[in-house]
Amino acid sequence: MNPIGGLNPKKERKPGAELTEPAPVRWLLITVALAFLALFLLLPLAAVFSQALEKGAEAYFAAFSDADALSAIRLTLLTAAICVPLNLVFGVVASWLIAKFDFRGKSLLVTLIDLPFSVSPVISGLIYVLLFGLQGWFGPWLSAHDIKILFAIPGIVLATIFVTFPFVARELIPLMEAQGRDEEEAALVLGAGGLQTFFRVTLPNIRWGILYGVILCNARAMGEFGAVSVVSGHVRGSTNTIPLHVEILYNEYDFVAAFAVASLLAMLAIVTLVAKSLVEWRINRDRQPAPGNE
Amino acid sequence: MSIDVRNITKSFTGFAALKDVSVDIPTGELIALLGPSGCGKTTLLRIIAGLETPDSGSIRFHGEDTTRRDVRERNVGFVFQHYALFKHMTVFENIAFGLKVRPRSTRPGKAEISTKVHELIRLVQLEGMAQRYPSQLSGGQRQRVALARALAVEPKVLLLDEPFGALDARVRQELRRWLRRLHDELHITSVFVTHDQEEALEVADRVVIMNGGTVEQSGTPEEVYDRPATPFVYNFLGNVNLFHGRLHEGRVRLGQMELSAPEHAALPDQPAVGYVRPHDLEIERSHADSSSVEAVIRRIHSIGPIVRVELERGDTVESLDAELTRDVYQRLALKVGETVFVRARKFRVFVDDYQI
Repeated sequence: MNPIGGLNPKKERKPGAELTEPAPVRWLLITVALAFLALFLLLPLAAVFSQALEKGAEAYFAAFSDADALSAIRLTLLTAAICVPLNLVFGVVASWLIAKFDFRGKSLLVTLIDLPFSVSPVISGLIYVLLFGLQGWFGPWLSAHDIKILFAIPGIVLATIFVTFPFVARELIPLMEAQGRDEEEAALVLGAGGLQTFFRVTLPNIRWGILYGVILCNARAMGEFGAVSVVSGHVRGSTNTIPLHVEILYNEYDFVAAFAVASLLAMLAIVTLVAKSLVEWRINRDRQPAPGNE
Repeated sequence: MSIDVRNITKSFTGFAALKDVSVDIPTGELIALLGPSGCGKTTLLRIIAGLETPDSGSIRFHGEDTTRRDVRERNVGFVFQHYALFKHMTVFENIAFGLKVRPRSTRPGKAEISTKVHELIRLVQLEGMAQRYPSQLSGGQRQRVALARALAVEPKVLLLDEPFGALDARVRQELRRWLRRLHDELHITSVFVTHDQEEALEVADRVVIMNGGTVEQSGTPEEVYDRPATPFVYNFLGNVNLFHGRLHEGRVRLGQMELSAPEHAALPDQPAVGYVRPHDLEIERSHADSSSVEAVIRRIHSIGPIVRVELERGDTVESLDAELTRDVYQRLALKVGETVFVRARKFRVFVDDYQI
């Protein structure tokens, strides 16, 4: 019964126990991780809501009935409604090209898609000031034709598109590359046209990846501060998005209203996280083959 | 429909995959493209299908040039190595795909499609699985769905890329017999790619052996196995013993051995290699003449009907493999360490020293 004569361990170790650390080390690591999470993520989140509700629910809801706040919410929704579909179409087309075809300049395109991630959002905003500002390249021509881009809605939309540009494409390129071209080739040999192949074969395979990219893209489009701040001009009731409106209220020491509006973005973040987890769960389930085979 | 492959050349960036390849595939035959990985066999198959475009040369289907024709209009069935089934569709939907994507004018009605698909499901013996998804099928079942899907569009040509490559040995053997029977039933011109010589020799009507982007030999399984045209084919189809020596006026001296090679009589003196299959080596107890060579028995594997004997040549210390039937082995009563004489019953001499 005792393979190693004389050595009789008191407790049988669980199988796989040699792969884990002793209990104190495990508890220490878990505590550190949770404490860090609580300090840097949960505490600020709680602070937002507690500050927002400091003077009761009435004051909280009063912050939203303000005309400027409503206009900021409207502008944010409008911006997201324009940016997300555009970046969705661009992201799907670009990743389809990159994953399924070979062409010259492919690596350049991949690098360009990553550009917004590697540039500070403030710089992104400044690029538009340099292009469309009065002293910029197109500024004189635009003002001569009475077209307003900077310090107006078009500027905000452009800056947001730039910043949220990579989200969908970045999500889809690795997914589509991993799936390869076999199914598309099979569809072609069976006589399907390019569009039929895309809608019947490619799209169903990437639908959850698309949704995931859209969720992240939307969260960023609504929450973007830096780039939008540079191009918006902070005109109250006209070119303020939610993040900019929060900043203004805060600078005016209107803390309850500032945190109340900020709580909207916090709730968006929570909804985004839940949706993202659901989609991830679906993706994993789709990828797993049914049990009991092979 | 016959397929004529004429002088096809194809290179990928910095690498020549096919060099001036020509193959004739007569109507109704089952052809194997056989070769080691990287020999260009899959590229050739994809060019026939229209999934790749050749740099030069032409493909003719039944005499008609289809080199530039779009893959969709070639009317070929293609079975991919890893099945390439549509993951989000059921078996039924997978098989029906080729019919459903037809333009409205030639698309069959719903009932007609359903009848046809169920007919195919019966043909590939997957009754009762129509509503399953590919992830719920075994490898062999997936491969049969892929085959049914390819057959649904009534192709004139069936192309299979390593059709049994991803399956385990037993399923593989079963499926390749089944494919042979299916081909005998349907008589559709078929080409399949494989790196498994046993598979090619067992299933195909004719075998095309490729190496390094060129065709080494093509012929019936018997022809290529019994009369290999090149040292490569000799090596690739089964085991072979090499005897290195020199050619001199129609005779080769291979160590102690001297054999006649009348086919090389006109050639000047030069190095030559004799190729002998293990089952063409005879083991004898006495030294008869100069056509046999002394050797020492090193190992004997006597499992199954064929006994394999490993020997070491007395003159060059090279090792030899011989295969004997159990009867002969028992009559000779061979033992490890004994000295015997080995004679080549059948051999072939090549003058170009071929390096593996």
